[in-house]
Amino acid sequence: MSVFNQSRSNIIRLIFAGMFLIIAAQLFHLQIISKKYKQQAQENALYRKSVYPTRGIIYDRKGRAILNNTILYDLMVTPAQVKNIDTAYFCQLVNIDTAEFRSRVLDARIKNGPFRPTIFEDLLPPDMYARLEENLWKFPGFNLQERPVRVYPFDAAAHIMGYVGEVDSAILRRSNNYYQLGDYVGRSGLEQYYEKELMGQRGTEFWIKDNKNRLVGRYQDKALDTPAIAGKNLNTYMDIELQQLAERLLSGKTGAVVCIDPKTGGVLAMASGPTYDPNSLTGPDKQSNYARLALDVSGPLLNRAIKGQYPPGSTYKPLGALIGLDEGVITPASGIDCRGFYYGCGEVRRCDEKTPGHAANLRLAIAHSCNSFFYNAFRLEVDDPVFHSPRIGLMKWKEYVNAFGLGHRLGVDLPSEDGGNIPDTTAYDKDYHRSWNSCTMVTIGIGQDKMQETPLQIANAMCIVANKGFYYTPHFVKNIEASAEDDTLLSRFHEKHTAVSHISEEDYETVQSGMQGVTEIGTGQIARIPGINMCAKTGTAENKTVVDGKVLKLRTHSIFACFAPRENPRIAVAVIIENGGYGRDAAAPIASLLVEKYLNDTIATDRLHIEDEMTNKNTMPGYLVRRQYKTDSVRAADWARQSGDSTRWIKYQIPSFRYMMLDTSYNSKSPIYLSLHKAPLYKSALAERLARIRAQAAAQQQTIDSSRPNHTPDTSGAPPKPQPASRPRPVDTAIKKSPPRAPVKEDSIHKDSTR
Amino acid sequence: MNQRNPAISKGVDWSLVWIWFILCSIGITSIFAASWHEGDNILQGFISLKTDYSRQLLFFIIAGIVGTFILLTDSKFFTATANLGYAFGIFLLLLVFPFHSRVKGTESIIRFGSAFQLQPADLCKLFVNLALAKYLSRVETNFTRPRSQLIATVIALVPAMLSIMQKETGLALVYFSFFLVMFREGLPPSVLIIGFSFAVLVVATLLMDPNTLALVLTGIALLAIYVLRRVVKRNRAVLFLIVGIWFVCVGVQRFVVPFVFDHVFQPYQVKRIYDAIGKDYVPKDQAAEAALESAEQKTGAKKKDNNYNVKQSKIAIGSGGLIGKGLLKGTQTRYDFVPEQKTDFIFCTIGEGFGFTGSIIFLGIYVLLLMRIVSIAERQRSVFSRAYAYGVASVFFFHIIINVCMTIGLAPVIGIPLPFVSYGGTSLLTFSIMIFILVRLDADRQMVLR
Repeated sequence: MSVFNQSRSNIIRLIFAGMFLIIAAQLFHLQIISKKYKQQAQENALYRKSVYPTRGIIYDRKGRAILNNTILYDLMVTPAQVKNIDTAYFCQLVNIDTAEFRSRVLDARIKNGPFRPTIFEDLLPPDMYARLEENLWKFPGFNLQERPVRVYPFDAAAHIMGYVGEVDSAILRRSNNYYQLGDYVGRSGLEQYYEKELMGQRGTEFWIKDNKNRLVGRYQDKALDTPAIAGKNLNTYMDIELQQLAERLLSGKTGAVVCIDPKTGGVLAMASGPTYDPNSLTGPDKQSNYARLALDVSGPLLNRAIKGQYPPGSTYKPLGALIGLDEGVITPASGIDCRGFYYGCGEVRRCDEKTPGHAANLRLAIAHSCNSFFYNAFRLEVDDPVFHSPRIGLMKWKEYVNAFGLGHRLGVDLPSEDGGNIPDTTAYDKDYHRSWNSCTMVTIGIGQDKMQETPLQIANAMCIVANKGFYYTPHFVKNIEASAEDDTLLSRFHEKHTAVSHISEEDYETVQSGMQGVTEIGTGQIARIPGINMCAKTGTAENKTVVDGKVLKLRTHSIFACFAPRENPRIAVAVIIENGGYGRDAAAPIASLLVEKYLNDTIATDRLHIEDEMTNKNTMPGYLVRRQYKTDSVRAADWARQSGDSTRWIKYQIPSFRYMMLDTSYNSKSPIYLSLHKAPLYKSALAERLARIRAQAAAQQQTIDSSRPNHTPDTSGAPPKPQPASRPRPVDTAIKKSPPRAPVKEDSIHKDSTR
Repeated sequence: MNQRNPAISKGVDWSLVWIWFILCSIGITSIFAASWHEGDNILQGFISLKTDYSRQLLFFIIAGIVGTFILLTDSKFFTATANLGYAFGIFLLLLVFPFHSRVKGTESIIRFGSAFQLQPADLCKLFVNLALAKYLSRVETNFTRPRSQLIATVIALVPAMLSIMQKETGLALVYFSFFLVMFREGLPPSVLIIGFSFAVLVVATLLMDPNTLALVLTGIALLAIYVLRRVVKRNRAVLFLIVGIWFVCVGVQRFVVPFVFDHVFQPYQVKRIYDAIGKDYVPKDQAAEAALESAEQKTGAKKKDNNYNVKQSKIAIGSGGLIGKGLLKGTQTRYDFVPEQKTDFIFCTIGEGFGFTGSIIFLGIYVLLLMRIVSIAERQRSVFSRAYAYGVASVFFFHIIINVCMTIGLAPVIGIPLPFVSYGGTSLLTFSIMIFILVRLDADRQMVLR
């Protein structure tokens, strides 16, 4: 039998060999031909970890960090390790309820699996961090992880510094996938403009992870890792104290302040009101804070210094005078007989100054801001017989004005700057069907009509007048640390723009003396600083807005432009206070204080009451209440339509609620009104200064007292009679000058602190 | 009886012992590679008996001692006790029913204390092998007769039935490998061909639309009639045979397979079969779905599903490339991406660590083992030794092929170990005893054992 079936052993051998051949073929396919398994194995086990460098620090001119980095903490959870904890106590510490706790742990489990730490609560507030750190040992599975966060130590320059935020899809696309989802990039201000320098270079680490998504070790002993390179620091021209003062003076007002060093074009301060606390966009509540700011109709996120476009009003007049002088249509001796009205164009135009002889020559006309004179000067410039046609005249005028840096972007190192508007013939052709003459746009002569400038441009124009014909593009960054000297990014800021240098020095001198007259004999005397020759020009611009379809003529914008000192200009300032009234009402004192602060490094005690007065001034227009109410109610209605939950919306239907909300009277209870008119957070500068001086005096007294017993030990018990005489003089004068004001201010401090 | 053989080493085939030793060493190394973690003390790990590789080492030593005892035994002992052993094996299998413990959802394991456990379904193939060899070698047995063939089949398949009742389908399938032995001893090849055809038919049923398959089967039948039309003209019986086969095939495809899948197999087993052929299994009704879920909860608390296992296993092996990542360097096996990788999926460790080259060498050792056993079988004078040797070869072959095919995605996930390599004391001991009995029988190949 066995012999009979002998051949079958070969068949069995064949079967064995055949099956192994099939296996060998499949192995060949898996291991040699197919590449996808190698890739999948990498996806399985390789984890690319990005290492973020610290962002660069931004310093002011004295080396103080305006924008720095700090460490906040994220609370991390590893769901699998969360066992036997006192959930109620934990929730109490983190301020959540147990349902929220469970859903967050579940979210973490879904997101990264149960074995990998996931963020439970990001960017803990300091008090919560302190509470948690003490008790964390009671909660296995939870730990705190450091996270670098931007911090603004001076709470200032929000618009300039900008903020960082997560990348969106547009940035991802633009960056050619250099950024990854979840990365932070500068979203505005210097953070955005100098993103490449500030960010540094991201590093990569390769880790091996296991099947439970835990990182277990480094891949190939760090052979493929690249280190992170820290971002470069920026040194700016900014003076943070000046900036703080500017922001303080803008509180409760809409408007902008720009201070430039005419010699370099470096921006010393740039503020926009209303502003916001830059630190509110870095901490734990940044999302909700941002939403609140974005929905605020007063526009706290808007940098009005480069985005606000205003008619320059009378601040244009020095430029108009320069153009007239250069074209030869007026001379320094030119005068006009103005009695408060201009009759030149058929209709009567009012002029604020009525005294006869206030425009007897160019200097006086500038000093008193005579409208008639500059209507006339503008008409002479446009109708100059040399040009044969007002069309050519207007275009020639435009050429001049453009050369003064108006009507186009200056190119400051901030994103999204606006260029203002200088009208040309096309604009009037369109509006007046080509039939216009110099009378049609005669108000351009006083900086109205279609003319619009940004505060930055006004300040820059002041620089040109101060420099007598040239300017540097205004910019913030002086140099970039650890970067080549002729950095291409900054080279354009070192370029001298000399487009108007053909205007003769005498012409500039004439205009400057007119401007000096403004603070000495003219409209801006309030801005005068003892010991400093300041050239300035007030401005008052009419403006309108549309609320609920009706054109509303609003209170005029208060504008002030100046530079000082005249002999050696070190600072040029432009201030615009929306609805602030005349130029001298709001803008002039503010500009004056800024100049004094910068040039003298401090404000004289006898002028501090102006600072307090300006700080407490509120010029928020009433129509904002109506506009905010409308925005809020529309939003509530949208929410009701989308979610079907009308609880928020229903209250807007109640007439009494509507009446209460829209009330803008003095004792209004409308929360919108109250938030617009809330008292500024600042303490009285005068009261602080006085307190400091008193403390100094007391300390001095003590040293005198302690030194006296050595000489006359008998009189130690008696009240020291010569004490008033030993006080420093300035205090004496200050107290004499404003005796009733000081205690009132101190009262207001107490109110502020209790609020 | 054996006094004339002074040394136990006389006649011993050392090549088999060496292969056994090499394979066991590869096994321990692989288990070590799969379970060792960075920083563990290697020596302590091997001594402590707390790690899997140290236990495997212990079982390897025990297997060596048992093997030595077997070599000291008289080979007649095995013929004499074959039937008794078979009875003992069946007894153990039956004993499982009252005393089983639930491990991994199977009800086939008896526990002694906390450390030691026994899986009779695994052990029993040794007894079946001996008993089958004993039956085939009886003088009275005439294996050309269907009755004898039937009895042999029953001997082989009774433990298989008991295994299925213990929900160990994989181990039950092993017993079908004894058909190779019977084939060698004279079972008509038609049985194997019919069995193979049947398997093809079942797979085709699962893969193809029922109506399409019915049409294809009809087409094949008509083609067969057309080709054999002259034969059919002469002999009507052939026509009836063809029609009969066609009828049976359609019946199997239409009714038997759906019935078996819905009513005989557990839903999780059906799912595994579907997974292996790459189709999604949709439970027929809610009861089946619930059963599937509960089975998954029991067996798969840690494994996501078998698809995942196979996928990860393929990734691990595929990422090995030509020469592999090296011992202890495989990321997939080191960091537990492959589930069950110390037992059923141990081949991944070799595939990832040593690549195509290593895998082929490793499989080459198995081929060497099988070919050696077959050639040893053919030099036996006694039918008992030869049938036993073929049994060993068939069981090994079946284990290796199913296990390796499972890891590379060619076979459904059936939990059967890779001989000598997979972690597990029972399986290592069983396989070692099988090989040492073979060596013992081969040493006495001049004798005629009955």
